[in-house]
Amino acid sequence: MTSTVFIAGIGAISAIGNNVAECLVALETETGGIGDINNLQTIHRGKLPVAEVKLTNEELANKAGLSSTISRTALLSMVAAKEALDDAAIDNLSTFRTGFISANSVGGMDKSEDFFAEFLADNTKGKLRNVVNHECGAVTELVADKLGIKNYITTISTACSSSANAIFLAARLIKHNMLDVVVAGGTDSLTKFTMNGFNTLMILDQQFCQPFDENRRGLNLGEGAGYVVLVSEKVAASLKKAAYCTLSGYANANDAYHQTASSPDGTGSFLAMTGALEKSGLQPSDIDYINLHGTGTQNNDIAEGTAIKRLFAGHYPKMSSTKSFTGHTLGACGGLEAVFSAVAIKYGIIYPNLRLETPMVDLPFVPERNFLKNVTVKNVLSNSFGFGGNCSSLIFSKI
Amino acid sequence: MATYIRATGNISPQQSFGHQPFLITPIEYAGDRLTCIEPDYKGIIDAKLIRRMSRIIKMGVAAAMECLQESNITIPDAITTGTAYGCLEDTGIFLTKMVEHNEELLTPTAFIQSTHNTIGAQIALMLQCHNYNNAFVHRGFSFESALLDAMLLLAEKEANNVLVGGIDEITNISHAILSRMGLYKREAISNLDLFATKTKGTIDGEGAAFFLIANEPSATDYATLDGIHTFYKPVTTEETAQQILSFLSAHSIDINGIDLIITGNNGDIKNDEVYDRLQNTLFSKNVTGNYKHLCGEYPTSTAFALWVAGNILKTQTIPSVISKQVPGKIKKILIYNHYQNIHHSLLLVSAC
Repeated sequence: MTSTVFIAGIGAISAIGNNVAECLVALETETGGIGDINNLQTIHRGKLPVAEVKLTNEELANKAGLSSTISRTALLSMVAAKEALDDAAIDNLSTFRTGFISANSVGGMDKSEDFFAEFLADNTKGKLRNVVNHECGAVTELVADKLGIKNYITTISTACSSSANAIFLAARLIKHNMLDVVVAGGTDSLTKFTMNGFNTLMILDQQFCQPFDENRRGLNLGEGAGYVVLVSEKVAASLKKAAYCTLSGYANANDAYHQTASSPDGTGSFLAMTGALEKSGLQPSDIDYINLHGTGTQNNDIAEGTAIKRLFAGHYPKMSSTKSFTGHTLGACGGLEAVFSAVAIKYGIIYPNLRLETPMVDLPFVPERNFLKNVTVKNVLSNSFGFGGNCSSLIFSKI
Repeated sequence: MATYIRATGNISPQQSFGHQPFLITPIEYAGDRLTCIEPDYKGIIDAKLIRRMSRIIKMGVAAAMECLQESNITIPDAITTGTAYGCLEDTGIFLTKMVEHNEELLTPTAFIQSTHNTIGAQIALMLQCHNYNNAFVHRGFSFESALLDAMLLLAEKEANNVLVGGIDEITNISHAILSRMGLYKREAISNLDLFATKTKGTIDGEGAAFFLIANEPSATDYATLDGIHTFYKPVTTEETAQQILSFLSAHSIDINGIDLIITGNNGDIKNDEVYDRLQNTLFSKNVTGNYKHLCGEYPTSTAFALWVAGNILKTQTIPSVISKQVPGKIKKILIYNHYQNIHHSLLLVSAC
């Protein structure tokens, strides 16, 4: 139970790039991915900005080697998970016990919506192929089968902290010597269901979101997928290239305040960050960068900020919300941000928080506004907080 | 390391909630759908909350509260839940309104309560429990994943006790869709005759079963939970048999040491071939029993099976509706279930 878990491969697709390299170029050139709705068929087109992946289902299906008629959530997942596994380049993968732990928030809902319109008019109508993969787990299996992974497969759905919990569980299964290699992370495509759901909560920004700005108005939804390949010490020793970093800490706590709102003092966030630090044996002053949950809603940012103030007072690390680039990708965000965290450590870079104009008056720190290179980044804290009070924090550390 | 099942709470299509005789009078249903017998929620859940909660949330929360009350634990060290379909009623309500009103005039309640972690979150909220909280949503592995997570937390000493639940509901919409996929029997049958039909299709089921598992024994434990194993899409019966044998071997026991095997037969002639082949080979000398005629078929039905196993071990009686064969003392029970021949799971439970 004391063994180290390494991040050996990474894969990402989001509004700022169809792979990790493209995402990094966008982060470095401060090119956000938020804009008008192009793919999603919704009445909110032209009114609510989103961060869409710039590929059609057909284009994604080509990249993924899957049918374009299946859920976009599975197509995004396959593209990023395959990139991560290829990146890890593990020799003799079939000789290892390999798992796939994926997260998503609404499964194949994008297709269920198509089905539902016809079904509601007449319950003998609607193509069953559009609803057969409705379950969250079905999306995971489409990808696991394509990747040829079958030793352990599961799906986690704790709203916006889902993929952080997937990575967290992966590390534990390796530490328990139940698996050697795990592809873990999450995926979500934009759906009308989520778009309208968030819209009823009145937390969507009609302009481009401004996380951690005093005048922030809400979040922009995004889509994408992000996966890391976690490996045991034994597998890490056999790798042809160096692993990115280790996953040194993780914790999950519940805010227990409200189904959709965070407590004003960020109790859950504080407990998650504190727990992750404790697990890693690090002090707050050891953290060089925080990838914030930073959705851009009034409520999240003050709760998260207040918890950071309490925990990091006196030595605030650099921090930023990359959701200012990718939008809030829900079940994918913990995975995408884990990828960004691993890269920050490997290349010594820190990402800017876009569109930060007026820092929050109640917070004594200001997130980073510029892309920084040649920085020493030894430990990164990545926060993911979700509906239902589910709060998880991960810590990635330099090898 | 032994794990103890200290308490249970189970809302099912049978009289399973509260202090009831253990499956002495099985409830008979006609048709292809079994519905949970819901308790009076007053006294279990705050009246204001009851009005807002959908059926699955009420069932899940009430089963969890019953379980905690029996365990004498106020705040568990962790909460893990498994649900394949999640909160279908709220999902259906929001989708229907969204389609009917063309994305306009929508209200947030159904959306808020449709997320898959709602039940675990509501339990945490009611208890003011800030501890570890996770939700698994992997079809026929959902409950098994939640249970494995809980057992790992105990082994890691991250928790001394964990509240674990398996919850799924049927709605009119889900039943209509799954019926179109050909899952259920076309002919009218009694659930109690499910295994005599030898035709295609099963009966739709649902349930909410919670367990308090702990790493220390107590005087009133149901059983010890010795191990869990899942395997995905085995190609042959031999592979399945091999998985079962290595699971037993990992727990230092052979098939003759199992006093009762509870299998997941669901009455579908094709589905049950998997069990038939094992009953003619690996399980040929074992006492076997069924449970899905009591709760129906659904992805988290192993939670109901675990409740059955726990009660058999605690009461040392096998209700005749589970098995007509009666072994002597019942020390070890193996639960073997598969869901659509994709998700196979094994649970090993022992008398305390």
